[in-house]
Amino acid sequence: MDYFLIATSLLKIVGILFLVILPMVSYSVYAERRVSAFIQDRRGPNRVGPAGLFQPIADIFKLLLKEDFTPANVNTFYYWLAPCLAMMPAIITIAVVPFGSTLFGVPMVIADINVGILYVFAIASLGVYGIVLAGWASNSKYPFLGGVRSSSQMISYELSLGLAVIPIFLLVGNLRLTSVVRYQIEHGWMIAPFVGDWLNPWKWLLAVPMIISFVVFAIAIFAETNRLPFDLPEAEQELAGGYHTEYSSMKFALFFLGEYAAMITGSAVIVTLFLGGWHLPLPSWQGGFHWALVDGSAPGWRGVAGGLFNIATFFAKVAGLLFCFIWVRFTLPRFRYDQLMRLGWLFFFEIALVNIFIAAIILAYFPG
Amino acid sequence: MAVIVPRPKLNWRERMYLPAIVAGLAITLNHFKNMLLGRTKVTMQYPEEKWDNSLPDHYRGAPALVRDSDGRVRCVACQLCEFICPPRAIKIIPGEISPTDRFAKVEKYPEEFDIDMIRCIFCGMCEEVCPEQAIYLRKDYAITGFTRADMVHHKETLLEIGGVMHGVVLKWNEKK
Repeated sequence: MDYFLIATSLLKIVGILFLVILPMVSYSVYAERRVSAFIQDRRGPNRVGPAGLFQPIADIFKLLLKEDFTPANVNTFYYWLAPCLAMMPAIITIAVVPFGSTLFGVPMVIADINVGILYVFAIASLGVYGIVLAGWASNSKYPFLGGVRSSSQMISYELSLGLAVIPIFLLVGNLRLTSVVRYQIEHGWMIAPFVGDWLNPWKWLLAVPMIISFVVFAIAIFAETNRLPFDLPEAEQELAGGYHTEYSSMKFALFFLGEYAAMITGSAVIVTLFLGGWHLPLPSWQGGFHWALVDGSAPGWRGVAGGLFNIATFFAKVAGLLFCFIWVRFTLPRFRYDQLMRLGWLFFFEIALVNIFIAAIILAYFPG
Repeated sequence: MAVIVPRPKLNWRERMYLPAIVAGLAITLNHFKNMLLGRTKVTMQYPEEKWDNSLPDHYRGAPALVRDSDGRVRCVACQLCEFICPPRAIKIIPGEISPTDRFAKVEKYPEEFDIDMIRCIFCGMCEEVCPEQAIYLRKDYAITGFTRADMVHHKETLLEIGGVMHGVVLKWNEKK
C-alpha cells in the first residue's frame, strides 16, 4: 500500500473539491447574476455583504431551508437518483484534469490516468442521464420534453465534441491530459504556439486546425452543459424550467449547481486541451528574449510559490472562460430545435471530421 | 386581402450568422464595460438613496390629521371623509366637546379616528372633501408594519404625521 499516494490524493481531492470547485460553483452563480446585471445595465445582487459577495451563502441557506416537496405520482427512486446523477459526473470529471504543476513534489492532478480524455467523455456524457431520468421520473409533460430534448441534443453534439479533440491527440500522440499540457509547455499553446521556435511557419499552419477544433469543441461544450444558446432542455419560456420543473429545495439546487459544476469542468477541459493548462510563460530577458517557465520544480519556497502560481493561473483561465459562458448567454437568443439539430449534424459534425483530415495532412508533411 | 410579406434575401455573410454574433457580443461587452467604469446611469438604490427631498408639493402620501396654530385638532368629526372614502379605510367615532371648553361651539370632536393603511389607496378624496381643512395627504410613503393591527393609523399617529398646519382659515376662533 502506498500510503503517501493515498494521503496526498485524499488531500488533493478534499482541497480541490471543497476549497476550489464548490466555492467556484457557488460564486459562478453570483458572477452570473452580477455579470448579467452589468450587461443589462442593472446593479445585480449587492445587498448581502460587501458588493453582495455573501449572496451565494444566503442562497445556499435559502435552498437548504426550503420545503423538499416530492410530487405524488413520481417514480421515487429515479426522482431521487436524478439530482445526484446531475451533480456527480461534473465533479468527478475534474479528477483527471491537471490543475497545477507540482506542489512539494506532488503532481497537482488527482488521477493521472493514461486514458484521460476518454475518461472525461465517458463520465461527462453520464450527466445526461441525470436530466433524462429527472424528466422521466417527474411524471410531468414539461420535464419529459426537457429530458427528450436533452438526450437528442447530447447525441448530436457528443459526436463533434469527440471528433474535435482528435487533432490534438494526433499531434500529442497520447491521451493523457498531463502529456497534452507537457506538449503545450514545450511547443506553445494549441491555438497560439508562441513558445519554442515560434517563427516556424509549420507550427502556425498547424494552429489552424487547432483553432477550428477549439471553436467546435467550445460550442459543443456549450451544448453539453445546456447553456444558452443551446439550453433547450431547460428552456424557461417554453418548458417552464424543463427537466427540473418538479424539483424543489436542495434537489433543485443540485441540478442548478450541477450545471455550473459542468461549466467549470468543461472550461477546465478546454483550458487543458487548448489554452495551455496551468502553463503561463513569463517573458525573460536573461541571455536574449525567451519565455521562462514557472513551475513547482524549483527548490525551497520558490517551488511552492511557483506551484501555487500555476494553480492560480489554471483557475484564472477557467474563470475567464466562465465569463465567456455568461457573456454568450446574455448575448445570444436560444436556437430553435431544428436549427440546433441542423447545426449539430450538418455543420459541426462535418467540420470536425474534415478538420481531422486537415490536421493529419499537415502532420504528415510536418518537418520534425 | 392577403399581403405577401417580402422576406429579405440574406447574402452569404448574413447567413453565416457569425458577424451578427460578434456584433452582439461587442454590444453586450460594451454595456458591461460602461457599467464597470460607472458610465451607465442606473436606477436609484432605494434604502440608501431616497427621493424624499425632491418629492413634489402635490405628492399624495399618507393621509394625516392636522392641528391649527392654537393646537386644536381641526377635525370636527363630521364623517364626510368616512363616507367618501372609496375603500372605506376611515373609521371615526365622534365625541362631544364639553360646554366649558373654549371651542364648545364646535360641538363634536373625533374620539377615535382610525385609517386602515392596508385599505387606503392614497386617492386624496378625504382631503378634498374635508370642509374643515383638517385632513391632508402628507409625504410619508413608506408605511410598514408586522401585523394588520400595526397598519392601522390611530388618532395619535395621524396627528403625529400631520403636525401643525399654519395659514388655514380659523373659522371657529372668537371674533376679535
